[in-house]
Amino acid sequence: MRAMFMRYPVLICLLLAGYAFLYLPIFSLIIYSFNESRLVTVWGGFSTKWYGELLQNGPLIDAALLSLKIAAMNATLAIVLGTLAALALVRFRKSRGHASLGIMVTAPLVMPEIIIGLSLLLLFVAMEDLTGWPAGRGQTTILIAHATFSMAYVTVIVQSRLAHMDRSLEEAALDLGARPLRVFFTITLPMIAPALAAGWLLAFTLSMDDLVIASFVSGPGSTTLPMVVYSSVRLGVSPQINALATLFIAVVSLAVLIASVILYRQQKKDN
Amino acid sequence: MNQPRSLANQSWSAPEGEPVVRIEKVTKHFGEVYAVDDISIDIHRGEFFSLLGASGCGKTTLLRMLAGFETPSSGRIYIDGQDVTDVPPYKRPINMMFQSYALFPHMTVAQNIAYGLKNEPLNRQQRRERVVEMMALVQIEKLATRKPHQLSGGQRQRVALARALAKHPKILLLDEPLGALDKKLRERTQFELVNLQERLGITFIIVTHDQEEAMTMSSRIALMHDGRIEQVDSPRRMYEFPATRYAANFIGSVNMFEGHVVSHEQDMVTIASEETGSELIVHHSQPLTQGMPVTVAVRPEKLKLTEKGTNPANEITGTIQEIAYLGDVSIYHIDLPSGKRVQFTQSNIQALAELPLTWGQEITLTWSSHSCGVLSQ
Repeated sequence: MRAMFMRYPVLICLLLAGYAFLYLPIFSLIIYSFNESRLVTVWGGFSTKWYGELLQNGPLIDAALLSLKIAAMNATLAIVLGTLAALALVRFRKSRGHASLGIMVTAPLVMPEIIIGLSLLLLFVAMEDLTGWPAGRGQTTILIAHATFSMAYVTVIVQSRLAHMDRSLEEAALDLGARPLRVFFTITLPMIAPALAAGWLLAFTLSMDDLVIASFVSGPGSTTLPMVVYSSVRLGVSPQINALATLFIAVVSLAVLIASVILYRQQKKDN
Repeated sequence: MNQPRSLANQSWSAPEGEPVVRIEKVTKHFGEVYAVDDISIDIHRGEFFSLLGASGCGKTTLLRMLAGFETPSSGRIYIDGQDVTDVPPYKRPINMMFQSYALFPHMTVAQNIAYGLKNEPLNRQQRRERVVEMMALVQIEKLATRKPHQLSGGQRQRVALARALAKHPKILLLDEPLGALDKKLRERTQFELVNLQERLGITFIIVTHDQEEAMTMSSRIALMHDGRIEQVDSPRRMYEFPATRYAANFIGSVNMFEGHVVSHEQDMVTIASEETGSELIVHHSQPLTQGMPVTVAVRPEKLKLTEKGTNPANEITGTIQEIAYLGDVSIYHIDLPSGKRVQFTQSNIQALAELPLTWGQEITLTWSSHSCGVLSQ
């Protein structure tokens, strides 16, 4: 390290500055979550009392659980729909409407969230008037809204993996007497599994993170975590939020670590 | 090499019994492009049949139609007398070895070989025995638990072969099976494939662009060009008696002299050519009309040195322009007075010939009327 620094002092400094820019805010947040003082910006000694208070905070815990539930369901729904869309896009290139399907599936990637939220709200209201479903806004409408745009991300990820997959693998399986469904589950699915894992994690994160769309399509009694955090911050930041954020960072880091270990092993096998 | 035509390998061109594969007037076009254009071939049980041709000639498309990955635009394909034109690949009694080998990367060698057996009426024990038997057949017993990425190119080729043979198919299709191997390994594997085919008695249909590979292994070769069949024949007949100019040029080297028919009597055709300066006489039994433009094809190794003026026909004289010494043979390029360049090869029988041919030397060459052919297409 020292030798490296002697050889490239400027580069190393830039590198450190870059990392500091990215991670200092997170570090300060983690440090202040252990702050004794009620004032967020004043250090009053080490304490874990905000973690204790966090566990007592019913609405916040409920919102966190709801968000986790929606995120998990959304991610699962999104990889099913996204994989089907990706299969259609990669495997039926000659069919009619291929180009328009490609554009339409990925449109939510570039559409402003506020427009997606508003248009979905209008749709849900109109549907309720016409068919009586979905009855009111809540967990279901948030899930549908999240799946709509998460699916677009999953489609892109799975599509690129499918496009790079050697088609003759599936043909070989067909040739050996496996029916198309068995080929899909024994050959195609294992081949695209890393993309599915990555897509699931991304869809999960997108849902956990979303404030704008959820604000439009949520109803009474279905407040997600970002909504609770946002509204409570407007009334002054409680150090509980810091504690909550720290817990989240811990969970996310762990998930990312596991995912990258899986992907790394997969890659080593592939080569 | 004055081999009478009747003695050339006849067994596969008129064998007994029903053909195992019958391709009947099959055409496949992708939009305006005709990949396969009205092809009919019969392939017989136990044959080692090659589809030979340059890239883009339609040989792979034809193979893929046999496997069931493509459907013919028109025409029918029969296997053992049964029409399989619309049968999906997983229901055909055919297995294929892919050019890329297409080994499943997430499975071990043994799992790869066992994959196709899951659809067979075999119990666990029988399946395991079959896998062991297949691994022994291609000598990869020690690799059973390896994954494909831990294997060398030659080992992968063996696994792919074992996997394709595991279901005991009636027909094995091989798409450029040796393309990914280096030269030495390729030559060794050629003979192994032929031995394996003879031992198992399975019909092999192989696609290749390598004429040497096709010549070494096949009982018959179908030479394809632009989606059509140029000629279907045994390797020997294909070389000695090419049916078309394309076939003569594609397989081996050849000298072609343009001319026209002067007379045709008792299987002997007399042809006048401005390129040679002498009359050409060729043994040929198919009827030809007088004045018809034809090409006489002579292989370079059929030429032999002679004294000028000692032959009534089939004699050419020219000067040596280039010499290529290849070790076993030397290739000479000779310019005739007409400007025509002729290739002539001679075995280097002695380490140092006493009177070697040199540049600029004038030599006279001749050949037998039985060792050349007349081409009208």
